[in-house]
Amino acid sequence: MPVIGVESIQSAGAPSACTVGKQTNMSSQPENGQYHMDLNLDHGDTESRQTIPMPIPDLEVQYTKIFIDNEWHESCSGRKMQVHNPATGDLLCEVEEADTEDVDKAVWSARAAFQLGSPWRCMDASDRGQLLTRLADLVERDRLQLATLEALDSGKVFLMAYFVDLLATIKTLRYYGGWADKIQGKTIPLSKFLCMSLFLDGEYFTYTRHEPIGVCGQIIPWNFPVMMFAWKIAPALCCGNTIIIKPAEQTPLTALHMAHLIKEAGFPPGVVNVLPGYGPTAGSAIAHHMDIDKIAFTGSTAVGKLIQQAAGESNLKRVTLELGGKNPNIVFADCDLEYAVEQAHSGLFFNQGQCCLAGSRVFVEDSIYEEFVRRSAEKARNKVLGNPLVPGVDQGPQIDQKQFDKILELIESGKREGATLECGGGPWDQRSLFIQPTVFSNVTDNMRIAKEEIFGPVQQIMRFYSVKEVIQRANTTHYGLAAGVFTNDIDKALTVSSALQAGTVWVNCYNAMSSQCPFGGFKMSGNGRELGEYALQEYTEVKAVTIKISQKNS
Amino acid sequence: ESKLAKPMIPNTKCLFINNEWQDAVSKKSFPTINPATGEVICLVAEADKADVDKAVKAARDAFRFGSPWRRMDASDRGLLLNRLADAIERDSAYLAELETLDNGKPYAVSYSVDVPMVVKCLRYYAGWADKWEGKTIPIDGDFFCYTRHEPIGVCGQIIPWNFPLLMQAWKLGPALATGNTVVMKVAEQTPLTALYVASLIKEVGFPPGVVNILPGMGPTAGSAIASHMDVDKVAFTGSTEVGHLIQQASGASNLKKVTLELGGKSPNIIMSDANMADAVEQSHFALFFNQGQCCCAGSRTYVQDTIYDEFMERSVQRAKNRVVGDPFNLKTEQGPQVDEEQFKKIIGYISSGKREGAKLMCGGGVAADRGYFIEPTIFGDVQDSMTIAREEIFGPVMQILKFKTVEEVIDRANDTKYGLAAAIFTKDIDKAHYISNGLRAGTVWINCYDVFGAQAPFGGYKYSGNGRELGEYGLDNYTEVKTVTIKVPQKNS
Repeated sequence: MPVIGVESIQSAGAPSACTVGKQTNMSSQPENGQYHMDLNLDHGDTESRQTIPMPIPDLEVQYTKIFIDNEWHESCSGRKMQVHNPATGDLLCEVEEADTEDVDKAVWSARAAFQLGSPWRCMDASDRGQLLTRLADLVERDRLQLATLEALDSGKVFLMAYFVDLLATIKTLRYYGGWADKIQGKTIPLSKFLCMSLFLDGEYFTYTRHEPIGVCGQIIPWNFPVMMFAWKIAPALCCGNTIIIKPAEQTPLTALHMAHLIKEAGFPPGVVNVLPGYGPTAGSAIAHHMDIDKIAFTGSTAVGKLIQQAAGESNLKRVTLELGGKNPNIVFADCDLEYAVEQAHSGLFFNQGQCCLAGSRVFVEDSIYEEFVRRSAEKARNKVLGNPLVPGVDQGPQIDQKQFDKILELIESGKREGATLECGGGPWDQRSLFIQPTVFSNVTDNMRIAKEEIFGPVQQIMRFYSVKEVIQRANTTHYGLAAGVFTNDIDKALTVSSALQAGTVWVNCYNAMSSQCPFGGFKMSGNGRELGEYALQEYTEVKAVTIKISQKNS
Repeated sequence: ESKLAKPMIPNTKCLFINNEWQDAVSKKSFPTINPATGEVICLVAEADKADVDKAVKAARDAFRFGSPWRRMDASDRGLLLNRLADAIERDSAYLAELETLDNGKPYAVSYSVDVPMVVKCLRYYAGWADKWEGKTIPIDGDFFCYTRHEPIGVCGQIIPWNFPLLMQAWKLGPALATGNTVVMKVAEQTPLTALYVASLIKEVGFPPGVVNILPGMGPTAGSAIASHMDVDKVAFTGSTEVGHLIQQASGASNLKKVTLELGGKSPNIIMSDANMADAVEQSHFALFFNQGQCCCAGSRTYVQDTIYDEFMERSVQRAKNRVVGDPFNLKTEQGPQVDEEQFKKIIGYISSGKREGAKLMCGGGVAADRGYFIEPTIFGDVQDSMTIAREEIFGPVMQILKFKTVEEVIDRANDTKYGLAAAIFTKDIDKAHYISNGLRAGTVWINCYDVFGAQAPFGGYKYSGNGRELGEYGLDNYTEVKTVTIKVPQKNS
């Protein structure tokens, strides 16, 4: 396994940008090909040579406080939390730690910003959209800084942060910037069945208004910190809500930088409040708060259950959840094998395997099974681990010790329960949080590694024989987030994609996400949808207004 | 006089085809006039059929399957439109001056109304580009069915001189958001701002051939577009008379899709319970805005008998106070009419009003010794049968008519071949709904007038047009729907 640059992490940002042809640029990132968020974003001089973005050397963390009412606050408790670089274990900075009291302050501010007659409520919808568009422009301006911060804080590969996470962030903000003045109510031709008054022989005119829900609590995870931030705030703001958002305690830094940009873009005070903190304290305070109208959570299914319970116990706040997955990726013998191997590989190993939509159950048809396993293991073995800031590195560290330990424990269970270890299977370097890319074959459906979400670089490959069988096995899980199908047969593609119980099905691709396309889970993978037009429903209340009129005409 | 630091005097090589500036094939040119002075601003290349053919070819190439424009992400089409809006916003002072120079509308209006509305319109449609969604449809049988919203293809667009920049944006926004290519003919009276915008279209990175802009005359270049066998759709804003010709040309050639936004004789109904001051001011604005050169001008002001005299008195006072003069003076409310032809036509209508027995309450004459200025004019005691109550005057001439009852005013308001806009002033919620439902018009304003948003559709009933511009509805007119049906082995819900 090639090794690059682990010993030089601190100085890795130093080299100045190097120039290569665009093709070289692309091929140096073997995983981004299947990302819909294309690299050809730089319009204009396509024929000219492009610069590979490089991380900003010795980046100083600028924002470490709690952001309420467009101002920076220290925590009420006086507590701070430590933020580490998972690639080195070094302390990056200390960040103010929000708890219940800080949540109360933020809710008060968000409520004030949502008052009838407030600048935010009176603003033209098109101007709300323009603020989001401007925020997208600012993110684009600070893209390098944000990508560097993201790589340092989460350990993800810098070029991925730059090309995938930040591009998705910019596009999501722009996309919802466009929706703001297109969220249209309807006028409705009421029938007479409800003219319940016996005295008034009335006729009615009815219309709907799509109003914002109010103060929204949003709790986001550490695997795509800035992108999740955008997924959450963009639809909420475009519908006119106000926000209390808690980034994960592992990765608060890009969210705080975004807070700064939100103020710079010109959002009124109180519209967005950013509170770094822990789940059982700040997160729980948000979920239980009596004056928060809606909560959106992305994270584990276990915590998702707590959130839903908290909403039930408190004020019946609306809940959307985007939770875990154990996603089937089904490979038929008639597919393009090399392509399927490649897609299945990146479908699992992308982002160190830390994706809720990771294709973690690869079902391969019997006749190509051995060859598929051989090629997959070879691909995994060739993966380059190392300093995520260095170009050419494919895989960084896991996010923290807890995740690291959990992944290793599941790998051990796989070995113990009889799966065949094709490669990897242990830590990559005893002193750090890196895990070897691991492939298991001969995995059976009852093994823990086939049932539990590992959230790490561990690929399970199963064998199947028939369409009917694989559909049934793929659906035998309490999750239902995403699925993949690889086949050149149009009947198989449509049959299997219809039958799978999953919120997203990719055919002959994987991880093809985009802002326009809804994303969310069946079953215990969640509740509601993010992205696309569908997400707007999760951030609006529909009000039907009925007016008595003297005479109705078509 | 013009305050332009560097007025854009295009050389005559100013047909914008395939992102390049080209001379007319015929080498002909025509003068564009400053209507405030009657002086020539500059000569502009005059497109004719041969130039239209070149432009259509460029647009067709840009639209071919697999072209950069066809393969572009919808979100990137939106981004280009946003960039165009940004560039126009950057150059808004310059564009506003150029618009005033060429069209005569007050600079204060060009700068604070026309240009900002252009920017908002383009931003609005930028947002639609990646939100114009087809459907998947549960048809009977073992089939999977979905629709694709595809661009129509090469769109001819012919725009008028009353809002040159804004009409350009109304046309380009939905056409480009949905992925069409465009051959646009701008009015011969006001070609300059559209050509400047062409330079911005190139600057922000639209691929060659996506937008082609041709100054030229209606009977030559306009006709060539309307009759062209390789133009898939034509959109026209202008007179009802020419609208007839466009629709006929489509029928005589390739049945291209037609949308029309034509004339109006829009009723503005003032009920006796209305807020008098608001109603007077809004009705004044409804007619006199843009020198009366609005297709949606409130040119039949129906006033309920009990308030008629007071309304008349106040309206006359307001018209007399209207500031007419140099459009570059920031105090000016009313500039010149666009050209001599319009000027003479309006003077003719004023004569007919007097001749047919309407009572001239104020104005009625020429307002300056050069340029095309007309005094703000009000006629009282106007009868529905008079020419000034039936025909579109397109000038600063207000007709005030008296009515008694709701039923009567609905009938009279609808007694016209036009059906573009209408308004009602009342505080009574029942009257407001009853009359607005009864009016045969594409837009009804209640207690306001000329309220336009890029988000709200606009277009006419009857002879006022065909189709809608703006809003989500505007996208329909630039879209072909393709139904794709796939046989599947077994259907499940």
